Amino acid sequence: MREHLPIYRCAAVVLLLLGVTLAGSAGAEDLSIRNCTWCHGTSAQGYTPAPRLAGQRAAYIAGQLRKFRARDRNAPLDKQYMWAAAQHLGDERIHALAVYFSELSPHAAKDGDPAIVARGKEIYQNGLPSENIVACVACHGPDAQGVGRIPQLGGLAYSYLKRRLEQWNEGYSVSGAVPMPHIAGQLSPDKIDALASYLSFVRYARASD
Amino acid sequence: MLAIFDLAFHPALNDFRRVRGAALAIPLLLAFGGGPTGAALAKPDHSVAAKFAYCQDCHGPSGQGFRGYYPIPRLGGQQVQYIKNQLEAFLEHRRKNAIMLNVAHGLDRGMMTAIAQKFHGLDPRPIGGAPRRLIARGQEIFQAGIPQANVAACAACHGPNATGKDQIPRLAGQLYEYVVAKLVNWNKERGQIASRPDTSLIMEPVAHSLTRSQAQAVAAYVSTLR
Repeated sequence: MREHLPIYRCAAVVLLLLGVTLAGSAGAEDLSIRNCTWCHGTSAQGYTPAPRLAGQRAAYIAGQLRKFRARDRNAPLDKQYMWAAAQHLGDERIHALAVYFSELSPHAAKDGDPAIVARGKEIYQNGLPSENIVACVACHGPDAQGVGRIPQLGGLAYSYLKRRLEQWNEGYSVSGAVPMPHIAGQLSPDKIDALASYLSFVRYARASD
Repeated sequence: MLAIFDLAFHPALNDFRRVRGAALAIPLLLAFGGGPTGAALAKPDHSVAAKFAYCQDCHGPSGQGFRGYYPIPRLGGQQVQYIKNQLEAFLEHRRKNAIMLNVAHGLDRGMMTAIAQKFHGLDPRPIGGAPRRLIARGQEIFQAGIPQANVAACAACHGPNATGKDQIPRLAGQLYEYVVAKLVNWNKERGQIASRPDTSLIMEPVAHSLTRSQAQAVAAYVSTLR
């Protein structure tokens, strides 16, 4: 019995180390995800004014976190919440968070004004050539699903979409941002309203990046 | 030249644009004693500069092209006559593309030359991103063609450096994905009105003869040319 003890000891140490390692990584990950979901909602569906992250393009989430970290995305709420949140995130953690949220299933917010959805759809799909407004579909895709670093917009909250479009025009977050500041500059408030309303109703099946 | 166009995207100009909008709005208000509020007050700007900025929104500030949901072609350094021909082909439904049909409707015909010249004058670096392993095979096809498949050397018409001439488009630095998509889809997008044949007819048998992997190789090669 006595001579078997070292084996038990070894096994116990191995199990202990394994446990610590697993708990260490999972615990740390859970913690940073929970830090996000305080504001973005427990299933990351967004909670006004924090946008939905579920189903967003991983490359877009990662790019935005790097912009917050570099303080390039600089609207008032970005400064207040996201600068500190992203300040100590390393590139690996950013990647892991982006992939995690991109793989959650999104639900459409559907909180825009149904009366102006048709108008928003027209602008999104066809643009308004006579007013130098490009068709959003060219970059964001037919179901507003985005691609690569270009964000998915379908089903985001009306208020978030509206504020983002307004903020380009107010000079926020324009550093290195091409072409959205110029495009948003062509949009009058009623067109921003219509686009945000339309997009809040757009549903899409999450596609892998 | 480039610096001037990049200026159009300088953050400080956002303020300038708003100020200019307000300056326009005041006389309008005085003239009509009221009316709609907000940015919609400013009349749509039909100047060449405004239309060019509208083109740049998608095709890139230096006309380098852009990988949106759809590949948006490079227009920097493109031949003037080719750009004009394509805009007219969109308008006349000879070339099928829903987005560009709308865009072409928003341009005065008289303005097309000026816009095409502005793009022709740009010389951005290719945006890259093609699979490198295909480039050597693509160079071979570009320079020598594929005699057994009856494919002529691309260089014969597009020029040894793929810069094109007049109606024949520049291919140098063009987006890889764009060239592949055009070549494999040629007869579904180009020359759509049989009674009105255009220069797209010249490419039809070539595009038809190229296999997908050959088209990819050529696209990879030309995408790297400056």
